[in-house]
Parts: sequence; C-alpha cells; structure tokens
Amino acid sequence: MTESAVTQPPQAAVPAGTPGGRVSRREVTWRALKANPLLAVGGALVLLIVLAAIFAPLIAPLPGDAGAATHPFSVLKAPSGAHLFGTDQVGRDILTRVMYGARVSPVIAIIVLAIACVIGVPLGVAAGFLGGWLDEAIMRVTDVFLAFPPLLLALALAAVLPASLTSLTIAIAAVWWPWYVRLVRGQAASVAGRPYIEACRALGVSRSRIIFRHILPNSITPLLVQVSLDVGGVILTASALSFLGLGAQDPVPDWGLMIAEGTSYFTPDWWLVTFPGLAILVTAFAFNLLGDGLRDLLDPKRSFMS
Amino acid sequence: MLTFVARRILLAIVVVVGVVVVTFVVAHVVPGDPAATWAGPHASAAQIARARQFLGLNRPLIVQLLSYLGGMAKGNWSVSVHTHRSVLSDIMSAAPATLELVLTALLIAVAVGIPLGLISARRPGKPADQLVRAGSTFGVSMPIFWMALILQLIFSQRLKLLPAAGEYSPGLLFTHPLVKRTGFPVLDSLLGGNLPMLGSTLVHLILPAIVVAAYPAGLIARMVRAQVLDTIGETHVLNVRALGFSERQVYGRFTMKQAWPPVAAALGLVFGYSLVNTFLVESIFDWPGLGSYAAASIATLDTPAILGVTLFVAIAYVIANLVVDIVQAAIDPRIRLT
Amino acid sequence: MTETPPTPNGPSGRLAITSLDISFGRRKVVSIDELRLDHAEIVGIAGESGSGKSMTTLAILGLASTVGATVSGSIVLDGQELTALSQDDLREIRGRRIAAIFQSPSTAFSPVYKVGAIVTKALRLHGATKSEAADRAAEAMRQVLLAPDLLRRYPSQLSGGQLQRVAIALALALRAEILLADEPTSALDVTVQAEVLDLLRDLRDVTGMSILFISHDLAVVAELCDRVAVMRNGVIVEQGPASQVLSSPADPYTAELLDSVPKLATTK
Repeated sequence: MTESAVTQPPQAAVPAGTPGGRVSRREVTWRALKANPLLAVGGALVLLIVLAAIFAPLIAPLPGDAGAATHPFSVLKAPSGAHLFGTDQVGRDILTRVMYGARVSPVIAIIVLAIACVIGVPLGVAAGFLGGWLDEAIMRVTDVFLAFPPLLLALALAAVLPASLTSLTIAIAAVWWPWYVRLVRGQAASVAGRPYIEACRALGVSRSRIIFRHILPNSITPLLVQVSLDVGGVILTASALSFLGLGAQDPVPDWGLMIAEGTSYFTPDWWLVTFPGLAILVTAFAFNLLGDGLRDLLDPKRSFMS
Repeated sequence: MLTFVARRILLAIVVVVGVVVVTFVVAHVVPGDPAATWAGPHASAAQIARARQFLGLNRPLIVQLLSYLGGMAKGNWSVSVHTHRSVLSDIMSAAPATLELVLTALLIAVAVGIPLGLISARRPGKPADQLVRAGSTFGVSMPIFWMALILQLIFSQRLKLLPAAGEYSPGLLFTHPLVKRTGFPVLDSLLGGNLPMLGSTLVHLILPAIVVAAYPAGLIARMVRAQVLDTIGETHVLNVRALGFSERQVYGRFTMKQAWPPVAAALGLVFGYSLVNTFLVESIFDWPGLGSYAAASIATLDTPAILGVTLFVAIAYVIANLVVDIVQAAIDPRIRLT
Repeated sequence: MTETPPTPNGPSGRLAITSLDISFGRRKVVSIDELRLDHAEIVGIAGESGSGKSMTTLAILGLASTVGATVSGSIVLDGQELTALSQDDLREIRGRRIAAIFQSPSTAFSPVYKVGAIVTKALRLHGATKSEAADRAAEAMRQVLLAPDLLRRYPSQLSGGQLQRVAIALALALRAEILLADEPTSALDVTVQAEVLDLLRDLRDVTGMSILFISHDLAVVAELCDRVAVMRNGVIVEQGPASQVLSSPADPYTAELLDSVPKLATTK
C-alpha cells in the first residue's frame, strides 16, 4: 500500500482493460465502493459495531450495568442527557447494555458459523470429491435437515435443551451446517470434474494433495461470501430464540432478551424495547449489506442467488 | 409430467420420514424425564413408573421410534403433557388462523416485492435501485418480533388507527355472530355475508400480516431483481424487443415469466419461514394460531406439543416445496423435460 | 406476400444510412458515412467480431439505447427518418417492417414459451386477429419448409437449424420488408448453414425482402450477397458489388480478411 502514491480518483469512463493500464489494488477497491455505495455503508457500520464490541468497557457510560446491577432510584427513566437510551426495569443504563450486546449475539454468530464450516467443509469435500455412496448418504441426511425451516429446528432443539447461551449456540449450529455441506460439495464436485484434476489423478498426485491444493482453495471465496451473508441471519435467529426465553438468561445483555424483558413495560416505557431492537436491525442490516457487496465483488457468478 | 410429479411425491415422503426421525431424536436428547413431567411435580415413584409405562418410555428406542412413526401415519400424534389433549387436535384447531395470516402476508409480499424488484432491475445502480436494494435488505434484516411491538406501539397505542390484538372485535360476536364454516374468520364472515365482521377481521389482519410480510417481501424483491438482471441481457429478450414489444411487456411479461420459477421457489421457502415467524409474533398480537400455541408450549416446556408443532410445520413446508416443484415444472419446460 | 413495387435503385434506396455515429459515453464505436439497402437486395456487412456490426443492427432497430449506447446521424426507411421517431412509433416499425434474426438460435427464443407463442404474440401485437395469426404462422412455417406442428414445441425441443428457420418464418409471417440477419448461420454446422442461406436467397427472390446480412465469414458473404461492406473498428473501409470487392479488394484489410479464408472457391 505504501509504495503507490496517493491514487487519483479514476476518470468516470475508463474503458475496462485499457492497454498497459495496470490499476492498483486501491483503485480497484475505490471503484468497487463507488459502484456499490451500499457495500461502503455496510462495511462502515460493521466496523462501528466491531469497535463498539471491543471497546465497550472503555466507551460505555456505566460498564457496571452490563451485568446484574440494580439501581432502585433510577428505574425506567426515559432517555435523557444522563441516560441517552433511558434505563431498564431495574435501573440499568440501556445504552451501556446495548453496547455490550454487541459482544453477545454477533459473537454467537461467529462461533456458529465456525462450527458450521468445521462440520460442513470436510463433509462437503467428502461428498463432492469422493462421490459414490458416501455422497448419497451425506446428501440425503443433509436434505432431511434442509427440509426444516432453520429457525424451526433450532427452536425445537433449544426448547428441549436447558436454556443457556451454549444450548443456543449448539441448536443454531446444528441447523446451519447442512447449508455449508451443500455449498462445499457443489464447489468440490465442479472442481473434481475438471480436466486438470483428471490429469493430476492420472499423474498419481495424492488425493490429499488434490484436496488441499485445488479443491479447498477453490471453495474459500464462496465460503467466505456465504459466511458474511449468514452473519445477519444467525444474529436474527439467536435474537429470536433469546426473545422466546430459549437463549441468554438475565443478566446477560443480549438484545433479544432485553426486548423480551422490556415487553411488559413497553407501554408507556417504549425505550426498553426500541433501542435493543434497533441494534439487532442495524447489525443484521450491516452484515447483510457487507455480505451482498462482497459477493458481488468476489463471486459475481453467484449474484443471481438472491 | 406425471412421472415427474410421482417422483417428487416419493421424494417428499422420504423426506417426511426423515423429518419424523429427526424430531424423535430431538425428543430423546431431552435431559429431563418426560414421565416425571407427565405425572406432575408431586408424583410418587410408582406414579412416575406408571406414566413411563403409559407413555411407552420403557421400551427399546427402536421400538419407540417405530411405534412413533406408525402412530404419526395413523394421525395418532402424541399428547400434550400440559393440556393432556391430543397435540394434533390442538394444532388443527389453531392452524386456520395461522394459515390465514401467513397466506395474507405472502400475498402482500408478492404484491409489493415483484413491482419493487422490477423497478430495481429496470435501471440497475440508479437511485431507485439503490433505494429498493437498501429497503429489501432492511426487510430481510428485520427482527420481526420487534417490528410487531413497534408497529403496535405506533399504530394502535399512539395513533389509535388499528386494533392491537385479536382476530376481530369480540363485541361484534353479540351483534353479528361468526358462523363457523371453514375456520378461517375472513372467509367465514365473507361466506356468511357478515360485513361488519368481515371489516373487523380485515382490519385486525393488517398489522400482523405486514409484520410477517417484511421478510418475504424483501426476499422476493431481491430475487426478482437478480433474476430479471440475469435474463435481460439474453438474446431472446433482444428478440422480443426487436419484434416491437414495449419495455413494459419486455419486463412485466416476458422476463417476468422466466423469473417466476425461482420466485416460486422463494415463495415455498418463505412460506415455511413465515410459519415459524408466527411463533414470534402471534403471541404479541394475541392471534389464536399455531404460533401462540408454540410460544405457550415453549414457555411451559411442553415437549410433545413443541415437537408436534415442529413436525406439523416441517411437513407443511415439505408439502409447500412439493407444490412449488410442480408449479415450477408447469412454468418452465426445462425442469420437467430433463 | 405484399408485392411492393420495385423501387429504382436510386441513391436513396429502401434503407439509407448516412453519417451514423454510435458511441458509449465519449467512446465512438461505429461511424458509418454511407450504407444503402435497396429493394430485394442482399447487402453483406463483413468484419471481425467487435467491429461494430451488431451495434449497427441495434441502431437500425432503434434499440441501441437498451445497451447504453447513443446514436446520431440519419437512418431513413422509405423516406422516413427513423432517428427522429419516438420509441412508440419505432415499435410500430420494429417487427412489422424491419425484422431481425440473431446469431444463436438456441438463445433467440425464450425457453419458457413454446416457439409458436412468440410468433402468435408478435403477430397479434402488429394487428392480426387470433385466427389470422395462427393461419399466417402456419403458412410461414410451410414456406420455410417446416411442419407447422413444430410451433407447439419448446425451443429446447428443436434443433438450431429448425429454430433459425422459425425465426425466419416469424419475419415472413410479419411480412417484414427488411430483414436484419446478424450472423444467422455462424452457430450452425455447414450443411444446415447452406440450407439457411438458400432459404434467405429464395425469400428475397419470392417476396422482394431486402436483407442486411452480417457475418464475420467472408466465404458466406461472397456466396450470398449482392453487395458487400467491409467493416473494421466501426468504420466501413470498403464497399461495392460483392464480386468486385472480393476478387480485387481495394483495402489492405479486405485482402487480409480474404487471405484468412483459404478455401473460398471450394465452399458451397
């Protein structure tokens, strides 16, 4: 980055593939952002949320309120200079809890998606590359899982497990992995069918080498795009389960749980529900924009998917 | 076409059996003892043992699974440990209200999503497109339980424009009683020529239906946009233009017809999603459907009821996808000819 | 078929293009000083892909704007200036008077419609009644030596050659005066290609249709066309009677193109 001097903003109508026109990486990024302002908005919001999550203890007005504090004399105070988002039913500062909330469901989303990848990638590679009866077996099981709307099965699982963040994470991960098996299997099968892989096999290149050198690298971009597209969905799912009382338990500052707790005080004390909900909406929105933008940028073939 | 349909139905049956097995497995990871729940908090060991005997929990797992499958097939679903009534009859009495809500929501979603998607695809990258894309992303990012609360706050508590809860104003039952024919209040009042009741049911539908429609509308708009953009550059579209058809027909008729199969697939998908989403919003709107039943079952940890609803919704979802497959094949010959 | 009285091959012609510029933004992709198509004449435009041939077809149809291009200059059809017309008026001419067939027959018909549905819809759009449309479609199919039954098939159930014939039948049924044929034979194999070329020639002889035949293949152009315009980078470098241009090219580029078609004499 440092070697290229400040790049001039590109002219509007530079034809693609100008002879000898080596465009810098920075210029490519700049053009992509200009062409897709929604990606820029999404990226900026995600950055903001990540910063809020990391620095919550430093920037939150009352870090102590993230936990089980009670302030009997400032219960249900409307938003004001002292409490920008107001206070909840036990007097805790809602702005503080909303900030700490960025450490709950977004982190769950990352864990869930990591689990989904850990289960999905090996199974997908096995199904797509090795094929045969193994492929059939894996895909039929996957089909059954995909026959449930994701929230439904997660809900049923979370409902029979003891309510906790761990159960919540397990329940969501248990319904999310099949999508990754399907994605990776598609990639692996398409790469496995290409002539150069045939050639590798004929030359006696080992299976593991083919998998690690050809199949996995080919799957990384779509996998990355899918993960970024799914963060919003997992956050919404986790919040919904917590809202139903199946995930986070008091005093965890989870947005879904905060809404559930605020429902009884909703009229007239609207702020208990409004701000945590806005946090969910903005976070899911930001990750969805980022995911869409990344897909358009990195994996344009799949843009028709949604 | 017939073999295509037969094959899909067979596949759906296989999936349904798989779904039943999965719910059964889920039921048996329950750490608690269903027999103890059944017998109640102050039951003696003998009572719990009798309950275990009654519920068939002392048989080998595989036998339990087979009898569970057999019972399902005969419509003999388990019994709610909370209400002690058959889960299936509970579900059947709650289903019409939910179907009415979900189908209305999907109708709204199609009516809003398709035009928005077309507008967006017409001039990609232009302000209208950016706006629709942002809006549809908003729709699919919406925590709908929160949206339900906020709309309720604004439109019923503050503006007093729309009713906050229920399927109709109960007071009307005295003056214009609802005669039950189909179990769908809107249809029943329409069939009975009961106009005041019809008005009341429709007004009560507005808020919950809009809330449930948010996700499907966003998804459909995105789908239509992507699909139309994918098709619009093709030669046959140019051909249709060269034949003198107007841009309106090019987009609304020719391109849209090709966009229908994926949109139909999306509809099957969001039908299932919306059924589950009613679990989150029905109780907020006091809507007497599956969602309220499911939320109550979750709150009372009524495992058979939860699994019954799960199974019912999963089967409804499988059937919806089956219908979608057949509709797609009817629209797009490439699907049934291969 | 409508028997238009043969117009004298005067300087105006049936379709006359003068000073036509087509550009994307500030980048000019086509610049044609003069190009003329007379009654019952087949004019070939030859050139490499990317030389602006297809953009010229779009411009004549008034569809250049759909791909984001702007057009200036004059396109006159029987004394009527097309570039001055509104899109509504152009739609009357498109299909009705100027028809087009495109390179890849397999993608020229929407996969979700039976081919006959497109034919009938187009005929009805241009004023035919339902029964008229069916009759004319069937008649046109027979003229291109296809069974009218094929109209009830989907594109995926027809071969490339059959589809290209249906496309020509469509132009016939619409009684178009001018056919813009953009690489109509390039995606077909050689025997089918010869059949389609014969068909186009017969069509001209019988109906007096004028054909603007666009191809990268000089062998095909030589075989079919009365006159040839050779196009390079959006500019016509040479035009004249086919025999003259192809036997003694004046422009070095034409000569170069000719050299790349070694078996010109043996092709049929």
